[in-house]
Amino acid sequence: MAALLESLFLKKTDINTVLDWLKNAEEEDILTFSEPEVTVTKQEFVAFLLNFLREQSSQALTHGPATPAKTPNRPRPPGQARSFSDKRGCRSAGSGASTRSASRVQLFSSSVSPGNEFDASGNSGAQFLSGVNPFGSPSFTPGWSPASRPPGSERRSGQRASLGDYMVSPENLQPSPNFQSQKSRRRSGGSTPGGGPGRQGGGRGGHHGDDTARWDSMGKRLGRGGGGGGGGGGYNRMSEQISPPSVGQLNLSNMEDFPPVGSSPILPAASKPSRRINPTPVSAERPHSKPKTCFTSTPFHKPSTPPSAESPEGLVMARSPLSLQEERDLLKREKTKFAQQAGSPLPAPLDPCTPTKSGLRTGSKGTPDVQAPCPEPPKVTFSVELDLLAELYYTCISENLVPNIFLELFFVIQLLTSQSTHTCEDQLEKSCAASSDTLERCYLRQVHNCVYFAVKLLESQFQLVAYLDKVTLRLLAENERVASFSPDLRDRLTNAQDKSTAKLSPSVSTFIHSVAFQPATDNRSNFNTDKAFHTFKKQRDIFYEVLREWEDFHKQPGWSFDSALGSRIRAMMSQLTSAGNHSHFARLFLKQLVQMCKGPRVNSFSGDAPDADLLGIVGADSLGRLKRLEERLIQPHGVVGPCPPPSFPGHQEFFRDFLQTASCCQLNQHLQDSLCQQLLQLDEVSILSPPASIREGEEVEEDEEGDGDMEQQDEMQRFTSVLLLARLLAKFLGFLSFLPYQTSETPSGEIKEAAIALRNKSVPVLDVCGLLSKSVRKKRTILTVPWLVEFLSMLDSIGPLLICYRTTLGTLLLLYKRMLLGRSGEMCYLNKLLMLSVLGWLFQIPVIPEDIFFTSEFTEVAKLEEGDDNSAGLDNILLVDQQLLYTCCPFLGEFRKLLAAFVSGSTSKSSGIVRKITPTSAEPKDTQVANRSQQKLQVDLEQAFFHNQPPSLRRTVEFVAERVGSNAVKHMKATLVSELVERGEKMLRDGLQSPNPNPSKLNDSICAQLCVAGLEAPTKATRYCSEKSPEAIRILLPDETSQAVLSTAENITKRLATEKACSWLSANVTALIRREWKSRYDRVMKAFGSPLLPNARDLPETVVGLVPQDQATTPKRKQGSVRSASCPPDCTHGAPLPSDILIEIKELLSVAVGPRTDEELPTGYLIQTLLQRAKSTLTCRKFSTAVSEQMLLNSTVLLACKLVSAELPLAPPSGHGRGDEVLAGSASGSEPPVRALLEQLVELWGDERHGSAPLHLLFASLTVTAVLKASDTEWKNYLFLVRKLVDRGHLSEEEVISHWKTLTNLALPTELIENFQLQSRAMKPFSPPADTLSHMDLLQVSPQTLEGAT
Amino acid sequence: MRLTRAEYKEIVRWTEHMRPTRQCMKMLKERFPNHSQSTLLSIFSLEYQKRTKRTISRHHAPDAIESYYQRYLSAAKAHPAAPVLLEMAIEVDLSPALMARLILDRFLQGLEGEMPSKTTLNSMLKEPSLIPDHILANNIYQCTINDCCYGPLVDCIKHAIGQEHEVLLRDKLRERNLSFLDENQLRAMGYDKTPDIMLEVPIAVEGLIVHWVESKASFGDDHSHRTYLNEQFWSYCNRFGPGLVIYWYGFIGELDCQRDRGILLKDRFPTDIVTLQPASQKDQTPQ
Repeated sequence: MAALLESLFLKKTDINTVLDWLKNAEEEDILTFSEPEVTVTKQEFVAFLLNFLREQSSQALTHGPATPAKTPNRPRPPGQARSFSDKRGCRSAGSGASTRSASRVQLFSSSVSPGNEFDASGNSGAQFLSGVNPFGSPSFTPGWSPASRPPGSERRSGQRASLGDYMVSPENLQPSPNFQSQKSRRRSGGSTPGGGPGRQGGGRGGHHGDDTARWDSMGKRLGRGGGGGGGGGGYNRMSEQISPPSVGQLNLSNMEDFPPVGSSPILPAASKPSRRINPTPVSAERPHSKPKTCFTSTPFHKPSTPPSAESPEGLVMARSPLSLQEERDLLKREKTKFAQQAGSPLPAPLDPCTPTKSGLRTGSKGTPDVQAPCPEPPKVTFSVELDLLAELYYTCISENLVPNIFLELFFVIQLLTSQSTHTCEDQLEKSCAASSDTLERCYLRQVHNCVYFAVKLLESQFQLVAYLDKVTLRLLAENERVASFSPDLRDRLTNAQDKSTAKLSPSVSTFIHSVAFQPATDNRSNFNTDKAFHTFKKQRDIFYEVLREWEDFHKQPGWSFDSALGSRIRAMMSQLTSAGNHSHFARLFLKQLVQMCKGPRVNSFSGDAPDADLLGIVGADSLGRLKRLEERLIQPHGVVGPCPPPSFPGHQEFFRDFLQTASCCQLNQHLQDSLCQQLLQLDEVSILSPPASIREGEEVEEDEEGDGDMEQQDEMQRFTSVLLLARLLAKFLGFLSFLPYQTSETPSGEIKEAAIALRNKSVPVLDVCGLLSKSVRKKRTILTVPWLVEFLSMLDSIGPLLICYRTTLGTLLLLYKRMLLGRSGEMCYLNKLLMLSVLGWLFQIPVIPEDIFFTSEFTEVAKLEEGDDNSAGLDNILLVDQQLLYTCCPFLGEFRKLLAAFVSGSTSKSSGIVRKITPTSAEPKDTQVANRSQQKLQVDLEQAFFHNQPPSLRRTVEFVAERVGSNAVKHMKATLVSELVERGEKMLRDGLQSPNPNPSKLNDSICAQLCVAGLEAPTKATRYCSEKSPEAIRILLPDETSQAVLSTAENITKRLATEKACSWLSANVTALIRREWKSRYDRVMKAFGSPLLPNARDLPETVVGLVPQDQATTPKRKQGSVRSASCPPDCTHGAPLPSDILIEIKELLSVAVGPRTDEELPTGYLIQTLLQRAKSTLTCRKFSTAVSEQMLLNSTVLLACKLVSAELPLAPPSGHGRGDEVLAGSASGSEPPVRALLEQLVELWGDERHGSAPLHLLFASLTVTAVLKASDTEWKNYLFLVRKLVDRGHLSEEEVISHWKTLTNLALPTELIENFQLQSRAMKPFSPPADTLSHMDLLQVSPQTLEGAT
Repeated sequence: MRLTRAEYKEIVRWTEHMRPTRQCMKMLKERFPNHSQSTLLSIFSLEYQKRTKRTISRHHAPDAIESYYQRYLSAAKAHPAAPVLLEMAIEVDLSPALMARLILDRFLQGLEGEMPSKTTLNSMLKEPSLIPDHILANNIYQCTINDCCYGPLVDCIKHAIGQEHEVLLRDKLRERNLSFLDENQLRAMGYDKTPDIMLEVPIAVEGLIVHWVESKASFGDDHSHRTYLNEQFWSYCNRFGPGLVIYWYGFIGELDCQRDRGILLKDRFPTDIVTLQPASQKDQTPQ
């Protein structure tokens, strides 16, 4: 290996031989060269090369996370700064026996902490990083097998410190994580006062100190943490000196304009090495907790290198820009906001400031920094060797010989942005250069060389680079190093920007939208028993309660899922079990999971609907700026490298923790079943391949394919949706399946063997091998592989060794190696890129054995079939766009972060690269804002509308809208466009008839006219959609659909269809017309025999922009039927409410029964009006219920009792006698007002429209007694009342008699009878003669009866 | 009426020693003329119920009952026409209607020698004329009719108020042409939790989505709101999404803090309603 490279350097071997050997997959794996006894395998060589490059550059790369090469050589990844915010990981690493394991841990942990940090700051941009420690420690434990390490690597690794050495103890960091780096820097300044040779010295010293420290601690303090507490002071101090600041700092020179916002999460420990150093003073306190950011893990120098810790960084330190003062104050203020950090006082702003070596970046603001390493092409040394290396390296990358191409690209960009300070280390350089050992020379030690090498690589990998997102490309293009080393590359990058479309704003609203209750699946008939049904009712509520509580509290310090929610969840599980409701709950759980975690909605037609909440605040136009601002705020932070460990970002964390806490095997089983089923369904989903658009794997062009394009977009959207869902489900399926096997320590030896033997016998939850090979055969890997990767990323440490997963991993490996980006095959470039990206990531995550790539252990069990030649599978369709690529691989954003961090470190030199963004005020601005929020509200309402409707409604609406929209486009093509082309032809022919025709000019002008006329298309399409959508919806929805729902659905469909058609038409109609016209023109011209074909594309752009007519139609709404069937036909429902009347009567009654004062007595008038109102209340049935009506009648009867017995005396008429007059008017003659009221009551009770009054109360002994106790007047009134009742037919005489008969025990005096008789007679004149007669008869009989009874 | 917690607290403090009688209500009304009577009554009623819950066990002790009964007997004997039971209830700070129930219960036990059935008890409370003892009947009626927090008539009034407001709510919805399903329709469809109103097409109130509306003809205080949240509102949210609660008799303003969680409180039917207007394509067109 080394020999091969050496012989290449010495030109003993021809580079082309080696390149051919590398490129040729078929060829012998082993290369024999020069001296016949030296042979090398490809794997070994690639591994060696990668390590070599990293070692070479280890001194230059003092920033950014490591880009490890997993090789049998086990090189220590370079630049590993670490911060380990995860205690568990820390501990496991610390207790881990081997250096290697520590490095492994570190690798991932370094990417972990920023995730936490961002999470804490609520930054959605970094969400994918959160959810560290997906399983707890197991994911961090190495799966590396010592046996696989080839001999010979010992030496280097021996020198290399364990990464654990640099882990920062989380405890120590706690007090003031954000200011760690500043403090450490200041401290180092304090320890080296007076200024020294320069900051390089400081840097160097740091390195050496670092080395020493590593030697000190090697093998014993792997996990460290304790190192901070008890570690040697020298070690600590030295590391502090170089401790690169956290990546997270804002660009200081910009800070006045741009103070740290919110949490401006500077990493807890300067976890990422970064060359951007904030010259904020460093405090001397907490000497033991300084961030172990020393990250040069590959001590290139022998430990004998004189430790130059004393060489101070004084020079830089002396310069303490005044402007920093403000920023420090700002930081201070910021800091106080962090509650937890209250304990650690901020360094006094006036303390000596000691920028570390990277201070040179920031220093450029005011004073030009002479010592800034400004790479210059002429200073490049070893260019021949570098070219050779670049070529080898390039070949390895393009031949997929490296485990992760993006990791290599990341490494290259690290090189590009290298901040090496070795430019002046002449002595060392010399000794290095003079080294007799060609391999020991410092090829990549100087920044010039690094940049040269990087630019070479970027040039050769341009195709890949061009697929990065726009911002990254811009940052690259504007990078002054690129410009100075390769203006050509810069130009290409600038051009490539325009094609790039990836947007990096995956933030989605996190408002809990519950899973709607659907009668079809959730009502009683879906449960075995009532009890199960009602239990589940409660479970649903508990589930959401727990979810809400989690949302509220999970980010608070000290909050623990299990202790806060555990008991509730477990109680819920035991209830579930007793009710047997697991399947219901599993469904709810999964639906909610999908609803909250699926990620960006791709299915919504509302186009580029950005963050809805933000839209509400700032409106669409400001949103973009806000986003950019947000990006800028977060971007420079937390460069974690392209291989973060698997995580459960956002709400996924809740679902994971819930499952862990619930620990319910039944639930897990139901979930697994369900997940499997859904996954398999998704995996089978058919995505249509638009016939015209199968493209070769070349670059994606702006393509004006007509409506194939539109359909293709739809399919891409659908695919995106399916893929994201499948990935989510697969991750959870993996999580559940391997959950039982997760252990905190990796089993070793016999235990492991036994576990493998045992588990090999059981059937895996998914037949991953089968699925994969089927997928390969059917050419559907673009769908299957990404979700399979998610599934496999959840493996436990034994998992990869089981035969089925080993085979699968091997197959994936073969697939990866076969999928060469540079070679145009059947598969589209972006499809391949996605696959390579996810696979590369998989090969780097902790649980996958490190040696997977460089041994044949896995591939030998696997075989990769060829796809069926005839079938055109998904792989051949362009399904992946940049958006999807970045959604699935958020770590691709790391390039951007790395570059942005570099830019902000050198702003003044490349002024204007980071543009100032004026923050948008969030205050509403009048009508505009009102409009926008209305718009947003409409979108929200629309989403909400579907929520409680059956899912089929939404599907129907979306489907119809899609079809109608598409048809509208087709219709426009068939009608408008062809008409226009006809018209154009006529114009052309006319024009050609004219003298001296100029066909080219004619063509131009006609085409322009046609295009203008074509702008009408969206209007017409709108009309078409408005007409067709309702018809289709009406037919497709059930007849029983209510009118309101129907018309709403119609309108939404109309809008969606119109939107779809119009957006396509406005974007494409001009191109469509041009194309159609061009072919027509050609034909006509051919006929005319004049082949003057101007290029249609050269025509001036016609601005497309149309606003279709507002086709507003008010939705028809069903006039709600009024539920007042029993009201009189002309009832206006204006009657008083029953409750009001009841309250008033109650008041009267309570006055009647007392205690009372005389002032409280009602007047007759008052009662009269009350009774009138009571009557109207009883007549209007709108507000009454049976209960209130009955109570009302009951109360009036009681009121009658109180009146008739004078228990409720009427207040004496007031001075005006108003009450009297009124009463007199309504009563006959001079009768007392009471009788008038009684008559009113009788009338009230007689109304047949309401229920009957409980008249028996009038005959209750209580009443009669009261009457009898009162005076004669009352008695007469009573008889009058009874008489009236009988007369009106409310009561029969018999009833009256029988009522009285029941009063036997009352010992009614005979006067009663006599009086009654008397009264009866007195009544006689008022009664009809016939009636009177019968009354008389009865009444004459009755006394006897009564007497007899008494 | 949206009260601040401070305003509410003042009312509560004022009602602390009130008895649930007509006279007390009058005083309360005079003290807080700016608040509607219904709001005041509702607040007091809720407070009084809390007070009763705290103290009822004291009155339910057998020896307490016996002593009340004996006191009643002797007082009634001495002053047959006087409101002895009511006065005693007021004196011992027990709701008169509940006192009536206790005494009647005890009376019937003495009469029949065994525990009277609930039905008998309830029907006699509702219709005191069924009580054989006239003096007792009068006393009982005096108690139930004078009590403004407990008793059959009060229960009925509360029920009626609830119904009426639901009807009012439906009216308002129809006025606005909002299509909805009511509780009964939902129940018929098998929903396990049923708000008063579920809108078929959601609306937005003050910028917030509303799927369902719950009508509460009472004042929303901390205790009742918490109970409603746990038993109803969250459940609705969990099934139907965000919604609106109308506390017709007002609520403590500070309780309206779950808007972003999907529960909006109002004290009347909202005026600021935005409906789905899909036809307004103007806003939606490209460019």
